[in-house]
Amino acid sequence: MSEYIIKNGHVFDPVQGIKGDKKDICIKDGKIVDNVGSGAKTIDAAGKTVMAGAVEIHSHIAGPKVNLGRIYRPEDKLFSCTPTKGMERMGGGASIPTTFKTGYEYAKMGFAVAMEAAMPPLFSRHVHEEIRDTPIIDEGAFPVFGNNWFVLEYLKNQEIENTAAYCAWLLRVTKGYAIKVVNPGGTEAWGWGLNCLTVNDPVPYFDITPAEIVKGLIEANEYLGLPHSMHIHPNNLGNPGCYETTLDTMKLAQGIKPNNKFGREQVLHLTHSQFHAYKGTNWGDFESGAKEITDYVNKNKNITIDTGNVTLDETTTMTADGPFEHHLTGLNHLKWANCDVELETAAGVVPYIYSPSISVCAIQWAIGLEIALMMKDPMRCYITTDHPNAGPFTRYPRVYKWLMSEKARKQQIESFKHKDKVLSQTALGTLDREISLYELAQMTRAGPAKSLGLAAQCGGLKTGMDADVAIYNINPDKPVANPDDIEKAFSRCAAFFKSGVQVVSNGEIVNNGHKRTLWVNVKTKENPQVMRDINEKFVKYYSMTQANYEALGHHFVPNPYAIEVDATQ
Amino acid sequence: MTKTFTDVICPFCGTLCDDIEVVVSDDGKKLLEVANACVIGTEKFLHSQASDRVTRPRLRQADGSWKEISYDEAAEYTANLLAKAKKPLMYGWSSTNCEAQSVGNEIAEISKACCDNTAAVCHGTTLIAVQDIGLPTCTLGEVKNRADRVIFWGCNPAHAHPRHMSRYSIFPRGFFTGKGQMSRKLVVVDPRCTDTAKMADVHLQVEQGRDYELLNALRIALKGEWLPDSVAGIPSEKIREAADVLKSGRFGIIFFGMGVTQSLSKNHNIDEAIALTKDLNEYTKYSIMPMRGHYNVTGSGEVFAWQFGFPYSVDLTRGFARYNPGDSSSVDLLMRGEVDAMFTIGSDPGAHFPISAVKAIAKVDSVCIDPHLTPTSGVSKLHVPVAFNGVETGGNCYRMDNVPIDCRKVVEPPEGMLTDEQFLLKVRDRLKQLKGVA
Amino acid sequence: MAKSITVNLISGRTIQQGVAIESGKEKPSYRTACGIIEMDKADLKALGAWKNTNVKVTSAYGSVVVKAIEATQGPHPGVAFIPMGPWANLVVSDNTYSTGMPTFKGTPVTIEVAVNEPVLLGIELVQKQCGVIVG
Repeated sequence: MSEYIIKNGHVFDPVQGIKGDKKDICIKDGKIVDNVGSGAKTIDAAGKTVMAGAVEIHSHIAGPKVNLGRIYRPEDKLFSCTPTKGMERMGGGASIPTTFKTGYEYAKMGFAVAMEAAMPPLFSRHVHEEIRDTPIIDEGAFPVFGNNWFVLEYLKNQEIENTAAYCAWLLRVTKGYAIKVVNPGGTEAWGWGLNCLTVNDPVPYFDITPAEIVKGLIEANEYLGLPHSMHIHPNNLGNPGCYETTLDTMKLAQGIKPNNKFGREQVLHLTHSQFHAYKGTNWGDFESGAKEITDYVNKNKNITIDTGNVTLDETTTMTADGPFEHHLTGLNHLKWANCDVELETAAGVVPYIYSPSISVCAIQWAIGLEIALMMKDPMRCYITTDHPNAGPFTRYPRVYKWLMSEKARKQQIESFKHKDKVLSQTALGTLDREISLYELAQMTRAGPAKSLGLAAQCGGLKTGMDADVAIYNINPDKPVANPDDIEKAFSRCAAFFKSGVQVVSNGEIVNNGHKRTLWVNVKTKENPQVMRDINEKFVKYYSMTQANYEALGHHFVPNPYAIEVDATQ
Repeated sequence: MTKTFTDVICPFCGTLCDDIEVVVSDDGKKLLEVANACVIGTEKFLHSQASDRVTRPRLRQADGSWKEISYDEAAEYTANLLAKAKKPLMYGWSSTNCEAQSVGNEIAEISKACCDNTAAVCHGTTLIAVQDIGLPTCTLGEVKNRADRVIFWGCNPAHAHPRHMSRYSIFPRGFFTGKGQMSRKLVVVDPRCTDTAKMADVHLQVEQGRDYELLNALRIALKGEWLPDSVAGIPSEKIREAADVLKSGRFGIIFFGMGVTQSLSKNHNIDEAIALTKDLNEYTKYSIMPMRGHYNVTGSGEVFAWQFGFPYSVDLTRGFARYNPGDSSSVDLLMRGEVDAMFTIGSDPGAHFPISAVKAIAKVDSVCIDPHLTPTSGVSKLHVPVAFNGVETGGNCYRMDNVPIDCRKVVEPPEGMLTDEQFLLKVRDRLKQLKGVA
Repeated sequence: MAKSITVNLISGRTIQQGVAIESGKEKPSYRTACGIIEMDKADLKALGAWKNTNVKVTSAYGSVVVKAIEATQGPHPGVAFIPMGPWANLVVSDNTYSTGMPTFKGTPVTIEVAVNEPVLLGIELVQKQCGVIVG
């Protein structure tokens, strides 16, 4: 395999504590190495920023609800089509790009890994087909567990070992990566058109509360010692006053210590926290709860979060929080799609326009930025847009610009029709912090990699790690003349290496690389009880046979990368 | 000795039953018995072994006779046909697996073709409506476990999806529907007293073509507002009774089919049916689901969508994907005489398109990939028979509720026969050479 | 002077049509399943036709000879049903009204008795219409 030496770049690597020093990065056989031979190809990175490939911890890019969004929004393709060009397949879609376009766009921004945030287990084949058709980037997918009938029944009886055995089984048959929880209990209630809006609302028939579901799944996760922690989208998303439900949810992690061999230090990951940080009682007195949320997370080190920044675009919301989407279509009257999934979950899709002229949208925008600026530890706060819910992932560079330049934020605030509301209902106007390049590397590379349990292989440039190296046209020695230059630099890298193969050169795709599907293979003790329960539910309640459930076959996962976990002790 | 395969998936209709049992001879070549499938599925499995099967590609000669050629020669012919054409149409895809559909998409992109699937003459108008108003739906297991109100509107599952009612919608005892059929009320809307209607608690014998008015009237009845004495041939008291039946359930599902997608109001019918479903969600829980015809038309729509952005009637002639049913749709393209080469696979437009469109197919150079003899192969220039997907080769397919199930191979295809995917890969590779593409 | 009636034609699936297409569309069973028109008793009477006799069905789009049988899923006076397939597609409306979808359900047709005219086999019917030479 090829050898490369990336010379004279300003390296930002939180794994090794390198804060912009000029350092050469050597690549050989897909890994970072100390030295390479004289035959190595030289990449000149003088005056440029060098970071490890970015790690996307939460994005909706592959699967049935993503595709339902594509199918029912032909208008999303207007003006956003890219033709077949060289080795690039044609692409389209602004808020829900087609799979080829998704891979190319992430790679052009220097992303190495992306996690599909919610996989309905019954549809795992669909998720894997789309992952397979997303070029270049490594991907994994999180099956959803928080409304799963097996989980609800086991946790009602407080059977952690059985819950853990079932989770391990499901991760294996769906080739999943982590335990994802969305609107715990509420999405099962949605099967009857109902919901759970607090952590204590019991789920109809199953008679278990979201608090019991969340706590039980945290315990099952630690019982198994998985690479990532329980990853949660709490109840009551998007409603004024929801910050209290978020605090109630996070409190369930108190006192629980992480148990794993992957360097993970958190037991709960709160996702798209912006949507869960609302104070007030209605859209009129709506205000930011960012302080309350970040105060709590700053104090409680066993939690990580991602931001879910609003980008002020027309986009498409899609989530396994089915009742929320029905509520949203009631607000904006845009077309609503929904799919309830037997025994497991649901999904909803509704387009949304985050208009800068609407005070609520402007406040949402501010809250997402407040959260990132008020979080003290950048290794525990990651930048996302919950793509495409708060905005397309292609807007990440714009979010970086807002975080790294107070001037850019002020310009945006000045341009709002209701700027006075943004200033009165949030604290953003008082925050002068500007995220540094080093902190950016923590929030987009080292931090998410560590949270996912992937710190040994990605998110950094230490010898032995995967050679995922991104070079950006931004010179840390020169002060930024125009904040838009930040956005421009991070939109198209000068060069990007994925697993030691140069896939992007001057913003263009030059190689498809060999993408991998990351999944977690957990070995547990034999559990005949759980296997009997699984068998019984398939015979009686599923509409598919058990023999046909597992996503087997090369055409689903052509290049698997299984992370082995031994939970038999 | 024989081998028994269980959990086999039936490759006929969108019901995609996955509990079929097939008994095969020990050498894996003879299919002996089929159990659990409906009569149509059974015929599909058993007929695949017919002794008069065509097993090699054949090219039509000037005198109308067929000449057998090799698969390589057939791939050469097909690649050239696509390379030379200005506006080829690649149609069908619904009776093959997603792997083949994906290779087909590559071919369509390289040759800058129009590509389309059988939704064009089936649930295409449903897709148009969904794009206007959305789609509250669910998986079939939700129906099995929760539904106590089932509506079949403009569809006749007793004939078109024979095991649907026993596997999912009427008879099964699900988690919350332990009394099976007794847990459910069935409403059928159909201008005829179909075999499905005979089982209904309520049959609304709507005037053919007037479903839009009846759907609209039901929405009004839900709100308790004024109605004329009768709408679409149904007296208003019956409409109000039906609305009450619908409203009083705790989980309802509307299944619909060609009666509303193909009659005059087309997508507007479906729009109104979805609007009715949305309205019902103000009172209780309702979903709506199209009864997809071919066993993998849903899959074709999914693969088109994640690769090109649109579910059917995709025009790639400009090098990027465009979509405009009525303009980019197969029947219209053919009737306007815009297609200069026809590529048919996994479908039979010769039998299922209006004859004016079929005449257009017969006029141009064409290839038909199908294990069967059909009216399409009868008017095509090249007929390429392939292995039966779901019988002689496996591959992923999507059920009518979008659930993906991986079909199985239970028996060997006749000696030397290729699968769709294998043939398409030959075509793709040759086409790349002809076009000078890497 | 042959009598004729006007009815509303629809087309769709039947179990027999499903079995026939899997058996092979070149076979007579396809014609038996799909080369038919199901007519309500009242309409057969109005036409003055015995059931199981051949009739000629004509619309603005074409005409076809099929065997008239008594409706199996009636009564539906004024509505006639030809199972989906080439016989139906010789007469259904090909007008998509810019939706891409022909109007397979709801075409006004006239029916006249045609006892001595044959019902063609499926593939043969289409080939003849398209002028395809068969060697």
